[in-house]
Amino acid sequence: MAHATGLKFLRKNSIPLMWCSGCGYGAALSALLRSFEELGYTNEDTVVVTGIGCWGKADDYITTNTLHTTHGRALSFATGVKAVNPKLHVVVLMGDGDGVTIGGNHFIHAARRNIDLTAIVLNNYNYGMTGGQYSATTPAYSYTSTTRYGNPEREFDVCALAEAAGANYVARESVYRGFQMQERIKEALNKPGFSLVEIISPCTTHYGPNNKMKVPIDMIRMLKVKGIPLEKYEPDQYPSAEGYFPVGKMVDKNAPDFNTRYEEVRTKAQQIS
Amino acid sequence: MKNRHEIVLAGSGGQGLIVCGMMLAEAAILEGKNVVQSQSYGIASRGGLSKAELIVDQEEIMFQQVQKPNIMLILTEEAMKAHAPNAADTDVLVFYDTTLLEAREGPNYIGFPFTLMGRELGHPGTANMVALGVMCQMTGVVTQESLEAVIRQRFHGPAAEMNLKALYHGVKLAQ
Amino acid sequence: MPEQTRLIQGNQAIAEGAFYAGAKFFAGYPITPSSEVAEESARQLPKIGGVFMQMEDEIASMGAIVGASLAGAKSFTATSGPGFSLMQENLGMAIAAEVPCVIVNVMRSGPSTGLATKPGQADVMQIRWGRHGDQTLIALSPASVKECFELTVKAFNFAEKYRVPVVLAADEIVAHMRENYSIPAPGELEVIDRKKPTMAPELYKPYTPDEDGIAPLAVYGSEYVYHVTSSMHGPEGSSNNNPANAAWKVGQLHEKIERYRDEIVMTKEFAVEDMDILVVTFGATTRAAREAIAAARSQGIKAGVLQLVTVWPLPDLEVARLGQLVKRVVVPEMNYSGQIAAEVQRILGPSVDIRRVNKYNGTIITPQDILNAIK
Repeated sequence: MAHATGLKFLRKNSIPLMWCSGCGYGAALSALLRSFEELGYTNEDTVVVTGIGCWGKADDYITTNTLHTTHGRALSFATGVKAVNPKLHVVVLMGDGDGVTIGGNHFIHAARRNIDLTAIVLNNYNYGMTGGQYSATTPAYSYTSTTRYGNPEREFDVCALAEAAGANYVARESVYRGFQMQERIKEALNKPGFSLVEIISPCTTHYGPNNKMKVPIDMIRMLKVKGIPLEKYEPDQYPSAEGYFPVGKMVDKNAPDFNTRYEEVRTKAQQIS
Repeated sequence: MKNRHEIVLAGSGGQGLIVCGMMLAEAAILEGKNVVQSQSYGIASRGGLSKAELIVDQEEIMFQQVQKPNIMLILTEEAMKAHAPNAADTDVLVFYDTTLLEAREGPNYIGFPFTLMGRELGHPGTANMVALGVMCQMTGVVTQESLEAVIRQRFHGPAAEMNLKALYHGVKLAQ
Repeated sequence: MPEQTRLIQGNQAIAEGAFYAGAKFFAGYPITPSSEVAEESARQLPKIGGVFMQMEDEIASMGAIVGASLAGAKSFTATSGPGFSLMQENLGMAIAAEVPCVIVNVMRSGPSTGLATKPGQADVMQIRWGRHGDQTLIALSPASVKECFELTVKAFNFAEKYRVPVVLAADEIVAHMRENYSIPAPGELEVIDRKKPTMAPELYKPYTPDEDGIAPLAVYGSEYVYHVTSSMHGPEGSSNNNPANAAWKVGQLHEKIERYRDEIVMTKEFAVEDMDILVVTFGATTRAAREAIAAARSQGIKAGVLQLVTVWPLPDLEVARLGQLVKRVVVPEMNYSGQIAAEVQRILGPSVDIRRVNKYNGTIITPQDILNAIK
């Protein structure tokens, strides 16, 4: 089989993409579209739902059905789509501000419901589109346009959040690990129930320059050094306070998804007159 | 036969007054009448002042709220003070539960120990059926037959029999 | 055959009306005094192949019904003041993206948490203007259990036909009262489904109106692949920052409603033929007004009632036509500011004698309150 390029899912008339040069989002989009191709998805059977933010612009570049929603609420729109038509592949693209800050409540409840959505959260450690303000995933003590003297708040561990809330599949990768990133996306797309792939891709325009990563290659170096494969990861050896984070597949289970459970509800309801 | 009845059922939340109002309304519908049943309630599911209202009319009912009640069922002292403190000189028939309230003077205060009777019949929850039996017999707002039909729609088996027994007990008391 | 006449609550009638109209998806969050709509939906929808979802909040509820509608299910939600406030942003999205759906707002006494179990009519302006930016929608207001059912069916029909969210502006009085009603037989009331595309799939543009001003709407999962966005978008559904396109789009959202104004605007008139005094009402206060004009007529005062069944778009022509015939207009409403009274004054001009009857303490407006303003 020829190597998948994902090009058939790329809207050609939208090139060039709006993302800054050096940004990792293009690599993530490419991994997503190649995954669609390798899994045999079609424009007809796929709905890509996005929120608002840099990653939320991705729907402009994708040929499948798309639904660009409001800031933080993409999962709730996607929930309605999937609940009504379980046959659709529903993929939800959100940033860290979008997905787990303003949209944190929808995030944990979609995971709790275990509804068969694939959430791809691109974590760039700040609000990129609005000028690099801090989000719920901005590392403690780091600098943004609204934490000029260091972030007084602690950051969310997005994967731990999804795991605690009950997601069937949870993984983290960084845009430095392109091959693994695509493998995780494919696993997540294949998994019934709620799945999350968090992809670390710090903002090269705001977060990087604000935090001693002046040029994009500094960010790639950081991802290479700080992203520790799960099998080697020891919290004491690689403290999160120094920017280390584990990458790899963290949760892989098969609890029944919302639509399966709702089918049981229907059967029961129809037995009762 | 009076064309229009305005009924107030008042007591405390959880006493089954709204269901009582609904059953009277359903009985009136069986007789081809128009009904509006409404209630006022607080934020608590149990306790607090609770009031169900019912208008029964042969004609179209415009304003939905009871303005001049001619029948009341009162199940707490608090509700009596709120809704029928001075009914003695009016033409409102006030039915009340002497198990729960002090006795009242006046020809239009009609007290029976509904709750006690319900207990004696085997289930305190049937007190309201005893009251409905008394009320329909004394006011003619709906017929005994319509209430029987409503009880048979809402309850089945032993529960239906228990409620019917309570209804007949009320009718007999009123006779 | 219509169902046997039975005792039915306003909120139940709303849910039954939605099922009659073909609704297959409800998403909501519990809130007094609307919760019975959710409870009835939870009971019935799984039986008829639909889905009921209780969401984490009203924001998610509004999002979910938009998603479900695009996936092909007629969808609705029900809420009250605090929840309706939370829905505004996603409701605006539904308007911009032209997604059919129905939002039941059972108005209670505010502001804020207010008197949670008591009726109000103070959301009239919020329903019309509660969202940012230029947008419009349709709102209908029932005064009885019968109208709760019939206007819910209408609300779905308008939503489907004009690709616009429709608000059913009920109040706690009609939502919680029970009346005798016989649910119509299937086919007795008209039920409209959205226009689907029929052209070759590659030619489908979800935001290119036909000659009737409305674009057909496909279903996710069909052969018609399409893009929907909350951003300003062009005729093919992709985001578009061009000023000429933006002007066209904003205009089109309004013009499709203005064009069908006469089909959308519904009013009822009572005893207006020979009246000297007009009472303009909407929702439950209509009932007090009708009793008040009967009392007035028994005292020799000729009064009539105009009930605004459609609240938005405002029945301005109807108010103007009847308002010109009378010496005085009375507008009773359960709010402080006289939200509809101000509109009536705007329509009839500053010199017309308009008497406002306002209650905002959680108690209802009585026939006597209105009669005092008539006399």
